[in-house]
Amino acid sequence: MSRVYECLVKISETITENKDFLTDLDREIGDADHGINMTRGFHAVVEKVPSDLEDIGAALKKTGMTLLSTVGGASGPLYGTAYMEAGKVVAGKTTVTAEDIKAMLEAAIAGIQKRGKAVKGEKTMLDALMPALDSYTAAIEGGADMGAALDEACKAANEGVEFTKTIIATKGRASYLGERSIGHQDPGATSATLTLETIRDFVKG
Amino acid sequence: MQVRVQSLNCGKDGIVMVGIVIVSHSWKIAEGVKDLAAQMAPGFDQIRAAGGLEDGEIGTDATRIMDAIQEVDQGDGVVILCDLGSAIMSAETAIELLDDAEHYRIADAPIVEGAIVAAVEAAGGEDLGSIIASAEESRSESKL
Repeated sequence: MSRVYECLVKISETITENKDFLTDLDREIGDADHGINMTRGFHAVVEKVPSDLEDIGAALKKTGMTLLSTVGGASGPLYGTAYMEAGKVVAGKTTVTAEDIKAMLEAAIAGIQKRGKAVKGEKTMLDALMPALDSYTAAIEGGADMGAALDEACKAANEGVEFTKTIIATKGRASYLGERSIGHQDPGATSATLTLETIRDFVKG
Repeated sequence: MQVRVQSLNCGKDGIVMVGIVIVSHSWKIAEGVKDLAAQMAPGFDQIRAAGGLEDGEIGTDATRIMDAIQEVDQGDGVVILCDLGSAIMSAETAIELLDDAEHYRIADAPIVEGAIVAAVEAAGGEDLGSIIASAEESRSESKL
């Protein structure tokens, strides 16, 4: 099993373990399918990405394409694009550096923004990922290694998730609820944070 | 509903032939809209439905949309009708994954009315820009 495939399996396990939690969050301010959709998507990823694929870029591209066709909801094109754009940055590579991870996060965020046209503060996955990138960048510029920088990224992502509880949704299905979306954490920001935490645990593991 | 039609001149040499793809979270909706639109333009068959997921579940699938676009692309472009929300993101993703992205355009139009207008105009040999404009006019038409 290649390292990248192992990591994808871990992400799939995390998502699956949190399937009901994510779905319940989505029931509050969405259409109650985020956990179901993401689990379906990542089960397909584990099935379709070759387990011996060493090329990290190729594995992430295959992950993205698989999510595009199996997730079903908005997270399909959003996460699908994120993984594909991240994959382009590390095409042909079999290991990644701390700088590579920064570039992958930047590319993923840019892809999500291009696709979903959201900005920070609209109660989306970006409210976890953008602060995570800022903290990650500051950490490696301060001399931290990949694992320590990812710790900072996860801390910021979790703070971002908490922040989403306080704001109104202006994007996606939750935006239909208006004021009623306040007080609930965003499911996408939550799954993004769980993903980052899994990657952090895997890197440090 | 205003529809400009020159002639129902489907598939003749030299005639522009724009393809149509119907995208919905529901395969039933996509197929139904396709059937209805096809009935309004007898003989025109460059129209495909790309609704729901592989297993028939509700959702949209950018790779199915990509396949449908490629099937109906005769070189004159493809107009895409979507139901709502993530259907548009999936369609945009599909377009970006193909070469010639500028020849594939999503009409900002209601899925049923837009599809019918598009089918009739495409059957009449109208070009992509013209079809998009007509389909989008149907957005402002009152039903009552």
